[in-house]
Amino acid sequence: MAKEKKGVRLEHISKIYKDPKTGKDFYAVHDANIEIEPGSFVTLLGPSGCGKTTTLRMIAGFESPDEGEIYLGNEPINALTPNKRDTAMVFQSYALLPHYNIFDNVAYGLKLRKVPADEIKRKVTDILRLVGLEGMENRMTNQLSGGQQQRVALARALVIEPGVLLFDEPLSNLDAKLRVSMRTEIRRIQQEAGITAVYVTHDQSEAMAISDKVIIMNGGLVEQISTPQEAYYYPNNKFVADFIGEANFIKGTVKKQDVVEIQGTEIECATGSLDVGAECDIVLRPEGATLSDTGSIKGCVKYSCFMGAYQDYHVLVGDTLVKIQDYNPKNKKIYNVGEDIFLKFENDTLYAL
Amino acid sequence: MAKSQSASLDRKKLLADPIMVTTIVLLIVFLTIFILYPLTILLVDSFISDSGITLDTFKRVMELANFRRAITNTLKVGFLVGIASALIGLLFAYVEVYVKLRTRFMEGLFKVVSMLPVVSPPFVLSLSMIMLFGKAGIITRFLLKIYDNSVYGFWGIAIVQTLTFFPVCYMMLKGLLKNIDPSLEEAARDMGASRFKVFMTVTFPLILPGLGNAFLVTFIESIADFANPMIIGGSYDTLATTIYLQITGAYDKEGAAAMAVVLLGITLIMFVVQKYYLEAKSTATLSGKASRERMLITDKSVTVPLTIICSALAIFVVLMYICVPFGAMFRTWGYDFHLTFKWFGQVFTKYKGFKAFKDSFILSFISAPITALLSMIISYLVVKKKFKAKGFIEAVSMLAMAVPGTVLGIGYIRGFSGGIFGSGFLQGLYGTGMILVIVFIVRSLPTGTRSGISALRQIDKSIEESAYDMGADSFKVFMTVTLPLIKDSFLSGFVTSFVRSITAISAIILLVTPSYLLITVQINEFAEKGSYGIACAFASILILITYGSVLIMNILMKYFGTSRKVKALD
Repeated sequence: MAKEKKGVRLEHISKIYKDPKTGKDFYAVHDANIEIEPGSFVTLLGPSGCGKTTTLRMIAGFESPDEGEIYLGNEPINALTPNKRDTAMVFQSYALLPHYNIFDNVAYGLKLRKVPADEIKRKVTDILRLVGLEGMENRMTNQLSGGQQQRVALARALVIEPGVLLFDEPLSNLDAKLRVSMRTEIRRIQQEAGITAVYVTHDQSEAMAISDKVIIMNGGLVEQISTPQEAYYYPNNKFVADFIGEANFIKGTVKKQDVVEIQGTEIECATGSLDVGAECDIVLRPEGATLSDTGSIKGCVKYSCFMGAYQDYHVLVGDTLVKIQDYNPKNKKIYNVGEDIFLKFENDTLYAL
Repeated sequence: MAKSQSASLDRKKLLADPIMVTTIVLLIVFLTIFILYPLTILLVDSFISDSGITLDTFKRVMELANFRRAITNTLKVGFLVGIASALIGLLFAYVEVYVKLRTRFMEGLFKVVSMLPVVSPPFVLSLSMIMLFGKAGIITRFLLKIYDNSVYGFWGIAIVQTLTFFPVCYMMLKGLLKNIDPSLEEAARDMGASRFKVFMTVTFPLILPGLGNAFLVTFIESIADFANPMIIGGSYDTLATTIYLQITGAYDKEGAAAMAVVLLGITLIMFVVQKYYLEAKSTATLSGKASRERMLITDKSVTVPLTIICSALAIFVVLMYICVPFGAMFRTWGYDFHLTFKWFGQVFTKYKGFKAFKDSFILSFISAPITALLSMIISYLVVKKKFKAKGFIEAVSMLAMAVPGTVLGIGYIRGFSGGIFGSGFLQGLYGTGMILVIVFIVRSLPTGTRSGISALRQIDKSIEESAYDMGADSFKVFMTVTLPLIKDSFLSGFVTSFVRSITAISAIILLVTPSYLLITVQINEFAEKGSYGIACAFASILILITYGSVLIMNILMKYFGTSRKVKALD
């Protein structure tokens, strides 16, 4: 649907703000280098205050970067105002124009572009069908539910066929169930429209579910840019490991390529580029190990709780408390608090940092 | 860390928007020429003589006994009026928010009181005060048989000003009281405090900054007031009237300028304290929304006395207003109570009433839409945009609030009678209707801007951002999004500015030329002469006009206001 899919490139982008309390300048975004492929769905992910929204607003043009240049396609856009940029944003608060009905809201951008009236009508009708709101043209915005308002906001952004679609935490005002169905919907519409999308969220499961690539940010820094799978299995650092999914960190030493030692026991573990002999943190996902009577690493159960899908354990290994989720507990032996056990690792699930 | 790149990019983005740049530049020019420059010229006038910078002019006016007396008079009146208005305002606000008003009648009374400051011409209460309690006053002479009662002077001014200004305090404090979470007081009650104790230890401390705020606002209004001291002051001169007499009576322009600087200094200090200290403080403690509705006090030992006091006061004020049309219909006030329309007739036949109403109406009607639009533009720029001169625009348009009309009038005389800095540039403005329109605009701008700013702050920033993002430039955003969303504020700004202009006198009386007849100036003239019948006839028609405008505004808002629809959304 889009005239032309455009990529986005951020080169050494920094944004400096003044801390209102201390009056000191700080980097809200620091030296971000990001390349977004045309037609891909990319998520800026991180805790609040990490700089993700600032980055998005710099792409939209609401904020100006203090260092670096932003390219849309091949065009540098630093000096362009938001209304001159080939981007369209879906806002967290929907930001529909409350004095217009649905049709006029969606048609707003087209009217500004002086599209002929009959074409506006056709395009708006088409796009409302795409987002599942056909027949609602004459409703006012306050007659719609939150999910429907979000669809209008999406339709309004899509209908002007922008080179890049920007989302600023669009689902955070919806209830949990609706969030899940809307994110599938957004992904479907993005694929159908074949449009480049940049999506900001602090919800890692949302990011995993919809993105081709995730950009994980923390404290103004880009920590990792990769597919969701890579970020989960091969995090760049402890922050990423901890932020994407749950992670236990167990101290160990690299013995040789892909072998580490934990408390005197050698275990297979992806060591990446770590040197032999290096101290490392071994990332263990809660589902990456089960409890057993025999095995290599010894521990003591400190907490045991039935959660339905899994049995939730806290196991003290050395002086580290490790969280384990043992799935399908129905026909398995359940260990109680105080019991000594061994951890049995699934194949190829450990990753050393 | 250098923030220079974003600053230069922001500048580039701003310059890419020529309509906005032009608007900002024009605004700055307007504010500079018509607010800053006249005040500057007063400083120049009073500090600089042929021999350079000097304090001679100040020394000279300070030696004038009547000026020194005027300063103490003004402060004394302002202080008393400020305290009395704040307390009466608090009483009304408390009764409205905390006490169950059972009758329609009481609710109506409160509504009337809250509307009075909007529709009332400034000197109406002075007129009726004289007619009720003066030498020929109905109450003093005919009911109490006192033949030599004098209402002129300190008490006259103080009473009239208090009755004029307390509704403003009432409205301000009502807003604050409504924001107090009832559970705070319920908690105190629950722990065993009596109602009075709760008021003294919880409610009162919470609104103390707000009360101080109300006091200062009234204080500034009181010392800036020109019309009431003029009519009911008698020989008790305040700063505003002394300055007026210094220029119209003694033709001492430098002296008047120096006096104006003194008056401005006082109001400015009060204003800064009020604006930047008390206002922030009073809303900071009470910004939260009440968690639920308050249980109104139904205890008769509380409701009965409070309602009686409030109704007595309110009825008294209403009575004073009713007195005005009757003053216009009695053959001779105080002596001959036969009803007659001769005064109304004379207004139009003998005293060019038609021209006066036409001139006042047209000038006010020209300035009102300009003021409304200007204040909406200023609030839009201040709330939604970032640019360097923003602080200047906001500060100067608010500064106008602290400038008494008399001071502005003197500033205009000194600043424009010989053109800008005596160069002859813009001299053509002086003595025209145009300069009157400009004065009207400058005088109403702060109120309009303030209401625009608070209306805009309620609109989610991202609504305008979304329109901007869709491809609209600032002008388009303003016209298609901002303005429709604050239509109510625009409309009320329009009417408020119209009413303020048509009832204005302090600055205007110094600038009006014989080619323009203004109602307020006529009323002042006839009241001074003691022709109360004519003055009342003029005033009655003026009240009709202002009241009518407010009615029309309310109707328009009911049927055309979009904000209502928008508000229903939440």
